[in-house]
Amino acid sequence: MRIVVPIKQVPETTAVRMDEATGTMVREGVDAIVNPLDLYAVEAALRLRESASGPCEVVTVSMGPPRAESALREVLAMGADQVVLVSDKAFAGADTWSTACVLAAALRRLAPVDLILCGERATDGDTGQVGPGLAAFLDLPVLTYVSKLTLDSGRTCRAERLVENGRELLEADLPAVVTVVKEVAVPRLPTLRGKKRARQTELTVWTTRDLDVPADAMGLKGSPTRVERIFRPRLARTCERLCALDGHELDAATDRIVTFLSERGLL
Amino acid sequence: MPQDTAPVWILAEHADGQPARVSFELLARGRGLADALRAELWAVFPGPVLSDAALQPLIAAGADAVLTIEHPALARFAVEPYAACLAQEVRARQPQILIAAATSTGRTVMPYLAVKLHTGLTADCTELSIDPATGDLLQTRPAIGGHILATIRTPRHRPQMATVRPHSTRPPTPDPRRTGRIVRVTPAPDLLHSRVRHLGFVPSPEAKTLQDAEVVVGVGRGIRKAENLPLVRDLADSLDGALGATRDVVDRGWLDYPHQVGLSGKTVSPRLYVAVGLSGSVQHLAGMQTSSTIVAINSDPEAQILKVADLAVVADLFDVLPVLTAKLRRARRRAAETPAQGGALP
Repeated sequence: MRIVVPIKQVPETTAVRMDEATGTMVREGVDAIVNPLDLYAVEAALRLRESASGPCEVVTVSMGPPRAESALREVLAMGADQVVLVSDKAFAGADTWSTACVLAAALRRLAPVDLILCGERATDGDTGQVGPGLAAFLDLPVLTYVSKLTLDSGRTCRAERLVENGRELLEADLPAVVTVVKEVAVPRLPTLRGKKRARQTELTVWTTRDLDVPADAMGLKGSPTRVERIFRPRLARTCERLCALDGHELDAATDRIVTFLSERGLL
Repeated sequence: MPQDTAPVWILAEHADGQPARVSFELLARGRGLADALRAELWAVFPGPVLSDAALQPLIAAGADAVLTIEHPALARFAVEPYAACLAQEVRARQPQILIAAATSTGRTVMPYLAVKLHTGLTADCTELSIDPATGDLLQTRPAIGGHILATIRTPRHRPQMATVRPHSTRPPTPDPRRTGRIVRVTPAPDLLHSRVRHLGFVPSPEAKTLQDAEVVVGVGRGIRKAENLPLVRDLADSLDGALGATRDVVDRGWLDYPHQVGLSGKTVSPRLYVAVGLSGSVQHLAGMQTSSTIVAINSDPEAQILKVADLAVVADLFDVLPVLTAKLRRARRRAAETPAQGGALP
């Protein structure tokens, strides 16, 4: 059995600062990390491998610039068996459609694949579109927002899917794409042995020459969407400030909250 | 309305045999776009067989036509049949725009469908408008944790597809005199094939779900321990709101993951967000800063959340919450007794 986990390297967003004057993101000094939500998919894959009755292999693949190698090494240190970096200047500027298209080509090259496990979304792009898009390119079923996952035999999987008003219990034929939420498992930390192995493992790198992707589907040129403009949100907050540090102030402040909400039609 | 331009479609969702609330929010968005384009607005509605009477509210809310793709097998969401049925109708009828809600259904079927149709899709838009010069759909969404907004265009591919956050628009006031067509389509059996089988459903114990709520009360580590949560729950109840939490609170096991608001949790955009005992980390702000109104209560006068709030209250939450909850209950009771003074939520 082969499980593939596509991952993305993202800026460590909690460290992102904005340049107040220009309204742009200060990228200097911001570390690149494995998309935190992808770690849950990696962990879920490793646990399925540990509980599998037969041989089971976890492969991690990432599309990105050469520096994404460090993200793949981190996942190797967690215990992935094999990693593939899909990297080519021609892939740069891809939107979610084009990214899914290239990853699908990588997945075809990794065939036969039984299960593709994705994080719910990346914390930088925040779209959650690549997982379902990948499923569509590969013509596979997709289960999204999965909080619990088990494999039955190797022909089907069972999943609990979080939806707005509860949890769906679903069964899907394999191969399938599954996107997981945090509840699925707590990601393990890399071990020392894992780190050593990660340093020694040779990275497989695939470029346009290795993958069957039409030239007009790659990168910015192959992306149906275009970013037209980037701007700072206008913060039209009223920023009224109250202090309630004694009993009298407390009474006045709570009265003001009630009036404030009532004036805005929020009661 | 004479129609020479391709229609604008919204993807309606159903709940308990009726169009769900998000469908009406989408109609409010879609009506503006269709009017700007002088195009028809259609509500496309995969689901079970519904009566004309059940579909009429979509017309009253602005649809010129309702296209129901109806079959008992579509009563529950399943990505393959939904995408296959929608793809067939899009190919046959060529809408120029298709928008859906960023719900668990919309966020799953739209990216699947966009690939099948080879077109672009923009997630989680907060604003949609028509470029008067080109007639293109301008899709604006928060990026990089809500620090910036990006406007995105799909210049060559059709339909232009986007999802919008639930509760980012008010449903339109229904006009029962509006008229519109109801077009019924029964999908061919091969479109209904699904490799996913539904085995059961466990309803959430929380009556109000976060993303559906008009009011969210978010709690942070300032609550100190799980035993203190009833204070916050009472406040949420007094506002008829749902309970949200920071990652800290969830990681400590005080509340379950479905409550988590922020970059690695849910993104909410309610009419009112009340932040209680949370400092306002970038990670949390990313999940709630598009809320229409933000009220923050924090004892640290330097807390970031107080800077992004409409009403910032520097106070100890253990002092404020019991008093505030009691006052809100009284105020709402008074409002309910004198409905003419308005302001109440529907």
